[in-house]
Amino acid sequence: MLSISNLHVAVGDTPILKGLTLDVPAGEVHAIMGPNGAGKSTLGYALSGRPGYEGTEGAVTWRGEDLLDLDPAERAAKGVFLSFQYPIEIPGVPALTFVRTALNAQKRARGEEEVSAPEFLKAVKAASKALKMDFDMLKRPLNVGFSGGEKKRMEILQMALLEPSLLILDETDSGLDIDALRIVAEGVNALRGPERSMLVITHYQRLLDYIKPDKVHVLAAGKIVASGGPELAHQLEAEGYDRYVGEAA
Amino acid sequence: MTAAFDLNDPATFPSRRTEAWKYSDVRRYMRDAPPPSPPGRVEGGGPFYDLGGDGLVFVNGRAVGADAYVAFGDHTLRLRFVSDASRTGHTATARISARPGSTLLLLESHEGHGVAYAAHNRLSIDVPSGAAVHRIVLTDEPADSLSITQAEVTVGEGAVYHQTLIATGGRLQRLETQVHHAGHGADVRLDGLYRLTDSRHVDLTSVVTHAGPDGLTSQLAKGVVTDTARGVFQGRIVVERGADGTDARMGHHALILSDRGEVDAKPELIIYADDVQCAHGNTVGALDETALFYMQQRGLSAEEARALLTEAFLMEVVDRIDHEGAREEVRAWLTERS
Repeated sequence: MLSISNLHVAVGDTPILKGLTLDVPAGEVHAIMGPNGAGKSTLGYALSGRPGYEGTEGAVTWRGEDLLDLDPAERAAKGVFLSFQYPIEIPGVPALTFVRTALNAQKRARGEEEVSAPEFLKAVKAASKALKMDFDMLKRPLNVGFSGGEKKRMEILQMALLEPSLLILDETDSGLDIDALRIVAEGVNALRGPERSMLVITHYQRLLDYIKPDKVHVLAAGKIVASGGPELAHQLEAEGYDRYVGEAA
Repeated sequence: MTAAFDLNDPATFPSRRTEAWKYSDVRRYMRDAPPPSPPGRVEGGGPFYDLGGDGLVFVNGRAVGADAYVAFGDHTLRLRFVSDASRTGHTATARISARPGSTLLLLESHEGHGVAYAAHNRLSIDVPSGAAVHRIVLTDEPADSLSITQAEVTVGEGAVYHQTLIATGGRLQRLETQVHHAGHGADVRLDGLYRLTDSRHVDLTSVVTHAGPDGLTSQLAKGVVTDTARGVFQGRIVVERGADGTDARMGHHALILSDRGEVDAKPELIIYADDVQCAHGNTVGALDETALFYMQQRGLSAEEARALLTEAFLMEVVDRIDHEGAREEVRAWLTERS
């Protein structure tokens, strides 16, 4: 279970998260919805350990272990995966090389045996086929010249290969047309399991038609201000966030 | 440039007041002529040994055998400048030429052992019309060495001259290339990379003079400095009157990975002709923090992420080496030392 209690995060001198409390039990998918500027992306960065997004107060534990003291790579080895809203281009590093380096770094950190080249290739071929990705694209530098949709699929492909246990999806639907959205959502749904927890961060309800959450939380002005079932997402879509923005302020 | 640099004549030692040497102050490290180096020893076959070909070897300035080479047909030459000296100085002079219609792969290494020596290498390379020379230079010298290599290259009409410098620096290391470019389809590439640690210094200086029309020059230099190292790039392209149709492109990009590292760049385009295409780009920056975080988020340690990004940055230069065997040799050499 992911347990966040009274988390405060400031970026520079500006407080963004102001006492956020949230539990995501194993096997559940929780959606975080909220207006622009509510702190949604900050939450993703704080959980994954981005420098400049350190917690100033509160606690975050994952499977009983304190996350906030770990660096980003240590958190990754513990199973934390943040799918970026805008995946980064890495010129000069082929996508395949990057993913294999990352996978083996995680395995080393966990004291596991590294994956061999043939095993890895086999896994990549299966995963890329499921995501309808051209295998040759993976020989190109990571995300360089990829379309928005291709970059998001690349994120899901990495998820499928790294097999994280805590998945944080930051605005995964942004920039996707409906076909790409369906493929990406199928990729995410394939990873649902009793041991995995997912936090789906989104501004719009649309993504949640494809990735059905167990719970929906509203994040406004740095706090969870409402929680409910999937119906809450529909209500937000119909009524907007105005009510919560007023309440939080 | 003032009087040609001569190790035996301190009056020719440039200081930072000499414009062409303002970032590489020889006088700061050497005010008097160093005592001449005694004969030295050469070991092994050098970094390009596996690629075979002929050898031309200088040890402490002295030629072991011939001091000149003429290529007929398709040849590989390993040109080795070996320094095995302590607090002494030496000058080597080599002449390389290719006959029309021939192709020469010139694999040059600067190998140094010893303490605080001064090495001066003078090289003339003649690439006449219809010939092609591909020069690849690796430097591997002690941190307290002073080494200056000056190559004068004459490129005839329609000839091909491509060079890639792989420099790791010294107390002061300068690799200077002067190219006389006859144009008429002649194709010159002057690439280079430097990777510097500690207080090493490297200076890549080049002057290309386009004397005839329709010549091509392409230059890509990249560097990474850490600690208190200093990288210098000076690239000048002169397009003479009448050298119309010249196409010249120069790029220098560097990363500084420490607070006290330094990079000085001076790109210059001097154009006296009409109807030319010339461009230069120069950037100096740090590694992208967002990319570093992204890579760490996927499990790479901070050091692994930095090393992978740095290597990828530099390998763009290595990827441009035409000869596959040489390209792989250089890639392996760099990877081994990263």
